[in-house]
Amino acid sequence: MSDVVEKTLTALPSLLSLDSLSGSTTLSSTSKLGNLIRGITELTSKHEEEKLIQRELTSIKEQVSSPNTSTRQMKELMVRAIYCEMLGYEASFSYIHAIKLAQQGTGLEKRVGYLAVSLFLNESHELLLLLVNTVLKDLQSTNLIEVCMALTVVSQMFPKDMIPAILPLVEEKLNHPKEIIRRKAVLALYKFYLIAPNQVQHIHNKFRKALCDKDPGVMAASLHIYFQMIQENPEGYKDLTSSFVTILKQVVGGKLPMDFNYHSVPAPWMQIQLLRILAILGRNDQSSSEIMYEVLDESLRRAEINHNITYAILYECVKCIYTIHPKSELLEKAAKCIGNFVLSLKINLKYLGLKALTYVVQQDPKLALQHQMTIIECLDHSDLLIKRETLELLFRITNAQNVSVIVEKMLEFLRVNKDDYTTIDLVGKVAELAEKYAPDNEWFIETMSTVFSVGGDKMQPDIPNSFLKLLSEGFDSVEEDRKLRLFAVDSYVSLLQGEPGKLPQRFLQVISWVLGEYSYLREELDAVLRLLANLLDMRSTSSETKSWVLMAMTKLCGGGAGVSVIREVCETYGSSLDTVLRQRAQELQHLSQDCELRARVLPRGAGLEPLEVDSSLSFLDGFVSEALAAGAAPYKPPHQRQEELAQTKALSLEPYGLSLPISMSSCSIADRQSPTLLSVSSGLSGESPDLSHKGGTTTLKLDGVKRVWGREGYLSQREPVEEPVHVEVPSPVVSPSQRGGEADRSHSQTPTPTATPQPEQEKQQLASSLFVGLASQSSVCLMGKSESTTQRFRRKARGPVSSPAASEQISNSPVSTPSTANHLLGNNFLDSNITSDLSVSSLESTSQLSRGPAAANGICEVELTESSPALPRDNAVAAAAPAPHQDPDTLKDACLRSHLPAEFSGLCPSDITPLCTNQTLDFLACHLQKEDSVSLVVFIYNSSDSDIQQILLELDSDELEVSCVCGSAVQEARSHSVAVCQYSLTVKRPSVHVEVVGMASYRCPAETPQSARFSYKLPLTSFIRPLTVSTEEYGAMWLDFSHDTKQKLTLRSDGRESLADTLDVLKKKLNLHVVEIIGTEGIVACRLLRDQPCLMHCRLHEGSLSVWLRSPVPDLPDCLMYHCQRALQEH
Amino acid sequence: MRFMLLFSRQGKLRLQKWYTATAERDKKKMVRELMQIVLARKPKMCSFLEWRDLKIVYKRYASLYFCCAIEEQDNELITLEVIHRFVELLDKYFGSVCELDIIFNFEKAYFILDEFLMGGEIQDTSKKSVLKAIEQADLLQEEDESPRSVLEEMGLA
Repeated sequence: MSDVVEKTLTALPSLLSLDSLSGSTTLSSTSKLGNLIRGITELTSKHEEEKLIQRELTSIKEQVSSPNTSTRQMKELMVRAIYCEMLGYEASFSYIHAIKLAQQGTGLEKRVGYLAVSLFLNESHELLLLLVNTVLKDLQSTNLIEVCMALTVVSQMFPKDMIPAILPLVEEKLNHPKEIIRRKAVLALYKFYLIAPNQVQHIHNKFRKALCDKDPGVMAASLHIYFQMIQENPEGYKDLTSSFVTILKQVVGGKLPMDFNYHSVPAPWMQIQLLRILAILGRNDQSSSEIMYEVLDESLRRAEINHNITYAILYECVKCIYTIHPKSELLEKAAKCIGNFVLSLKINLKYLGLKALTYVVQQDPKLALQHQMTIIECLDHSDLLIKRETLELLFRITNAQNVSVIVEKMLEFLRVNKDDYTTIDLVGKVAELAEKYAPDNEWFIETMSTVFSVGGDKMQPDIPNSFLKLLSEGFDSVEEDRKLRLFAVDSYVSLLQGEPGKLPQRFLQVISWVLGEYSYLREELDAVLRLLANLLDMRSTSSETKSWVLMAMTKLCGGGAGVSVIREVCETYGSSLDTVLRQRAQELQHLSQDCELRARVLPRGAGLEPLEVDSSLSFLDGFVSEALAAGAAPYKPPHQRQEELAQTKALSLEPYGLSLPISMSSCSIADRQSPTLLSVSSGLSGESPDLSHKGGTTTLKLDGVKRVWGREGYLSQREPVEEPVHVEVPSPVVSPSQRGGEADRSHSQTPTPTATPQPEQEKQQLASSLFVGLASQSSVCLMGKSESTTQRFRRKARGPVSSPAASEQISNSPVSTPSTANHLLGNNFLDSNITSDLSVSSLESTSQLSRGPAAANGICEVELTESSPALPRDNAVAAAAPAPHQDPDTLKDACLRSHLPAEFSGLCPSDITPLCTNQTLDFLACHLQKEDSVSLVVFIYNSSDSDIQQILLELDSDELEVSCVCGSAVQEARSHSVAVCQYSLTVKRPSVHVEVVGMASYRCPAETPQSARFSYKLPLTSFIRPLTVSTEEYGAMWLDFSHDTKQKLTLRSDGRESLADTLDVLKKKLNLHVVEIIGTEGIVACRLLRDQPCLMHCRLHEGSLSVWLRSPVPDLPDCLMYHCQRALQEH
Repeated sequence: MRFMLLFSRQGKLRLQKWYTATAERDKKKMVRELMQIVLARKPKMCSFLEWRDLKIVYKRYASLYFCCAIEEQDNELITLEVIHRFVELLDKYFGSVCELDIIFNFEKAYFILDEFLMGGEIQDTSKKSVLKAIEQADLLQEEDESPRSVLEEMGLA
């Protein structure tokens, strides 16, 4: 290597001159790359560079394909190929050779091979399949470095479907004696978790081992996985809170080896990761938060030195403190910290200070007051980023009093901003504030005009939609509405008189609609019509806008207004090549001549009337039946046609590939298919349906967008016509549900006469107008006037500080050890393998006896008398039970079963699982699957000698809807007896396992209130039911579903009937319906309760089963795939 | 971390590492756009950027810009330190590193980066152990290469 030579040179020119003497003639491997690099730097034009690289690539290509090239030369060639790719030239011919090099090379060659592969290919590249074997081999290598390389490449990119192939080997590495290997294995698993969480579900307890690893590096690596998992399911990891706190304490206390220090701060990366985890665990959870207070305080205290890294820790600490259950001392310290950030001269810290302020300002608006002068300064900062963040902060503290100043500032920023992403976001925020807090009509209309001009065609389409909806729906006062509309009309007329060519298309559409609807409020319609006609003549006007304009003219044309203008327009566009425009022009012509019809079709000011849209177009039925009678072919929806085409080819994978455009499938599910409906709506589109779903604060409104043309939308007239003229208005239809609480918008309030201070005036004054109404009691408030704050999006109030004195937290899942139940029942009843059929049937009679009348209601409370088969405290129970040969454990279970409500008799419940237990009460649960529902039954057994009343059970779940079936959630449990609560469960969001988290609070006589927490986990399969469909129906459904997943599964057997066997297993275990098996392919259907279908297509392929799952429900295919895999593995 | 880029003041890409699957075309577009934005910023400006849905953290060392894209909830300051630690590692390995070292030995720079970050997360924060891992790997093939091995060089440095 000529590094040494190069190192002595610091400047390029001298390097070049030296190498021109000696370097070019040598043929050593490095100099070839060196030559290339030098060659490029000498060039002057892009064109020359291109030529040189192409020449280079040709020569590389020649050499790599030559059989005489050694792996060492190959390594050098790969480096050059990587370089060319980095410059932006494609060297795809070398990809396969990179894989070969990784496979055949040793040491550095292999390493370069892997590097090239990881730079050239990404996860989905098909060539990666060829790498799997190499990785497998290297993972098993005895050479540590090769293992390291393999783990590195695996974490960089690995095909999702192939993860199962290497997973066992990677898992095995978790036990490797070398910590570097363990660490890399943990990180590789982390990567797998990110790209295919279902694949690594089963190794959760191994992660726990990694967390306890003696090497801090391995432990730190496992924190990444934990952060992800806890983020997804904080409830499941609450028990680890104290462990994380302990680790953090040790780290902060400097207990780790010096190696982990960074600029004399102990393991900052680890600290930050732990703080992030703690923030999630402590959110809305007082008891967990309490464990953390001490260590957070310590962290704040320790981070003293003035270095970036300590600020990083402080920042994370502050975020954590403000996220978890609040503690005033800590909040004070954190606030001081934020102050230091904001006041810092370092711009990075200032920015983070502003960010932190933005984060906390809703909880603590006074903090913003304290720093108001700094905020004002930042508002005029030369760095746009700082400005932007300040506006974000102001956005959060906006109220009815300071809205005009803040919006002015935001618009100012928007006018200079060039970045689309920011514009879209900020425009949405301005519109939101304007609607929420507008002080008066003029201000509102003018602000929205600026929004439309600045936001242009990039902004979220729901902004104009909701604006027009606001206008058309109006408020309480008719007079106020009239004024608002008139003002809008007037200001738009004057805009059109100016330079309409500069206005964005979206804005022109809004203007056209408003003028069309409300111009009648003013006198001279002729002038308006002329202005609209001018719009049509402008070259920049898009044809979509033109159709809005024509529509507006149609609304205005009555009463002999602007006859000549209209005639002219009709002549021009009556023969337009654009069919939509032609249609509109024809409508205009007809309606302008027929006043009566016009008044009926487009009644003035009736935009608000709800409209019944006959989406099935039943008024055409007569026409259709006539046509059918005349021999026309019946209409078939597109998917049916597709299906019929497919049937001619029997079952194959191909037809499924031809899926329909999304727009079609989205409207095909609810409504009856109708071609006219589709064409009508597409002709109507005032807005393009493919709205950009960009993030930002406007997400709330997005759900209305899809339904813009739904049946709730109003399409301007009452009856969709028997007339030959089919009139539709391109009105910006907004479904009523899109924005709740429209009426109570502050708009209807009396305008607050805020004196608008000039932004150029003194900062003090600006401050007073910006921060007015922030914290009226605060002495810092500069404005004398104090009105109650009207903050509408304050964070949810924190709960009361007091809590049940003793709270116990026990998390149990059916798989975990049942030891908690042991003391209750003397023995471990879970382990006994009962055949539930037997126990249920045998207990049928006894349970009948014991069941009180309350049983029918779902609550059944049983007195523990001698005759009833109650909980087995002694052996006397055996006598009561009819089957004498059962062992005691079974009996105990069976006795609880006897408490099951009557409606479940004959059903087979799951094993009864202990949830949690303490001195007085034991909680147990089981679930039952019914045809159309899943029920959860919670047993509360009172083992004490006193009755316990007012047991309040609250169940909640992220994935499930839990509803109590029994009359009330409050129960009482008599001494030594059992109370039963019954819940019905429905899936909200599919997940591999779903979990119900419960909290019971109760009060023993003469004792403080107590509470207990528990959780109950059940597999998604409990909610799966067969779905009986025909092959045709299956085909139709298949095309409509958008979420899918594919994977290869191992077959159950190799025999002839392997497909049928395998499907049979799945059918039995997962409750699926096998629709049909044709040759090597099979189709299977099931539904998730209630009525969420999932379809499965299986194909035998090279000894394994390719499974393809599809469903309209996101995540369902993935979860089901996981269970299929498990079912087949277990078998 | 989503990706890391190294580019020169002249807008030449020197290193790129992507931690999430991204199409080649998007990569090129993002690199071009980002280079433009970052190079246009003045030295006194904030080292952070909000760009698309990402946060960009960048820092300039001599003629090279180091630029990382992170998620919304990630800590910007610690990312600056990730960059700094990477530079320290390069410096230690090459011995007072300059842009030319990275141009001519970019594969080495990649190896160091891989040893330091894995799957976008920091893997090893200890300077010593990262370099040890690299050295061990280097040893494997230095035997048959030219006598002027990197190791000797390090002895010199």
